Amino acid sequence: MDTDRNRLPYWLSSPAALAMLAFVALPLVLTLGLSLYPFVPGTGVGESLTSANYADIARDDYFHVIFARTFGMALLVTALCCLVGVPEAYVLSRLSARWRAVSMVVVLGPLLISVVVRTLGWALLLGNEGVVNKALMAAGLVREPVRMMFTFSGVVVALVHVLVPFMVLAVWASLQKLDAATEQAAASLGAGLPTVLARIVFPQVIPGVLSGGLIVFALAASAFATPAIIGGRRLKVVPTTIYDEFLGNLNWPLGAALATALLVIVLAVSLGANRLVERRWKQVFQ
Amino acid sequence: MAFLELDGLVKRYGEFTAVAECSLSVAKGEFVCLLGPSGCGKTTTLQMVAGFIMPSRGRIVLDGRDITAVKPNQRGLGIVFQSYALFPHMTVAENVAFGLEMRRVPADERRRRVAETLELVHLAPFAARYPSELSGGQRQRVALARALVIRPPVLLLDEPMGALDAKLREDMQIELRALQHRVGITTIMVTHDQAEAMTLADRVVLMNQGRIEQMGRPFEMYEQPNGRFSSTFLGKANVFEGRCEAGAVRVGDLRLPCEAGTPGGTVDYIVRPEKLQFSGDAALVRGRVEARVFLGNHWLFQVATPLGTLQLTETNSGLPAVAEGDDVGLTWRAEHARVMPRKT
Repeated sequence: MDTDRNRLPYWLSSPAALAMLAFVALPLVLTLGLSLYPFVPGTGVGESLTSANYADIARDDYFHVIFARTFGMALLVTALCCLVGVPEAYVLSRLSARWRAVSMVVVLGPLLISVVVRTLGWALLLGNEGVVNKALMAAGLVREPVRMMFTFSGVVVALVHVLVPFMVLAVWASLQKLDAATEQAAASLGAGLPTVLARIVFPQVIPGVLSGGLIVFALAASAFATPAIIGGRRLKVVPTTIYDEFLGNLNWPLGAALATALLVIVLAVSLGANRLVERRWKQVFQ
Repeated sequence: MAFLELDGLVKRYGEFTAVAECSLSVAKGEFVCLLGPSGCGKTTTLQMVAGFIMPSRGRIVLDGRDITAVKPNQRGLGIVFQSYALFPHMTVAENVAFGLEMRRVPADERRRRVAETLELVHLAPFAARYPSELSGGQRQRVALARALVIRPPVLLLDEPMGALDAKLREDMQIELRALQHRVGITTIMVTHDQAEAMTLADRVVLMNQGRIEQMGRPFEMYEQPNGRFSSTFLGKANVFEGRCEAGAVRVGDLRLPCEAGTPGGTVDYIVRPEKLQFSGDAALVRGRVEARVFLGNHWLFQVATPLGTLQLTETNSGLPAVAEGDDVGLTWRAEHARVMPRKT
């Protein structure tokens, strides 16, 4: 009886564990394996083990540009999500219960819509014949349409829109734990609102900013649909390049190597940032 | 002239009235306790003085200046919060230095004053610690130091002992009182603990349902409560409702003694448990001992009488002769009874 009860947690978690094993761990291992085989044009995957795919990525400027663009974009999106999401979460937490409920639906709304539909919506807005350009020209602000589709900034804007709810939710969770009296204490000691926000509130929600930032960074670096639709064929990022290698060039091993490299870099950056932030603001993580 | 003047403060939230009327003059250096049950408006009053709540009506005048509309960060008052509200991401020294930084005090003077104030609250060795590494009593002292270092004209304390256990609370009360005397700072403290209010305050302001019920020095308040609420909230009391006629108070079939000059009509007859004595022949009322409780320095008896259950306390000087179940007589002196016209 007693041993049965001790095993219960294992039984309960086993379906999830098996699903993870089958659908996450196994494909990862297979991808890693695939990336170590040579590509033979015509036949596909070769026989002997090789590191040639990784050497290609390390040497070729074409890939350097794509990786730099991907991580530059991910960092910029993360930074913008902080700038937008942290104040947004703070304002939300200060609203009355009724307005908070309404605002929550507005903030989380984007997550309820398919990423493809949402991105096509952005395409309608940002295109040369899109709503934004038509409005700008009608207002006489510009004579030529401003190019926003197929640009770096277009992709960044669309990604921020998609990912900012994750930041808001994470910071929101941190704000719930904040003692509102600390703000009053700072005010009573002579601090104005900007000082209170910068020196009292923000440091205390850093755990939320960190977890939100990690989620946003990882999702931005591996986003596919948004860069594919808004960025198009010319503005390649690592995920769209992987897609092209697998399905366009049929070079599965190189695609697998790119995927592995992306995963490793995202992991390294995330763990590094996590370690750094937790060490710097040790006290607020307790 | 009063140093801090609360003039007809009122706070309403829609239909709900948190503070119905509060007027209070505090002298310089005085230690005033706002005492009352939860929901009596004492914390709202303190928050209005602090500036976090805008009064619906009334004025707050500090040292001749009307500060009613002044923002909290411009008032310069020292506040200790119930939760202490220490900044968890700053060390003890940084917490204490924050108010000086906001005042742009030069770094070396800042360091000196932080050190001085930490010395004052006996926390000098803990300057580099973080709040999470301190005990409850130490945290409270950091909060106190943080409020005092800016040399505020008034110190506001919101239930500062609420988070401490009983033993520590007593120690901190004595320490706080000594500190207040040494610094000589005008202090307003909010508490629901009558013993704490009596220990610390020069003057107790008893509040009930948004109004001031009574105020005065602790001893006066205890000896001369102005009614049923004051007598039962400040200490224990036996209270009977009766009618005053011909030099005595009639409660049911009994006639209880009272001093000459007592007003007529319906009255509350109040007598403290420590004024009651057991008596054989001269008993004013007879009853049976329901319970006898040992409370360390005294014994508490509950006696069922025709007047209801009466409380009697007796100093502990060995095991008492009266036991549970005994039939006893009770008596007290007329001058120990306080007879007040009944408030409606």
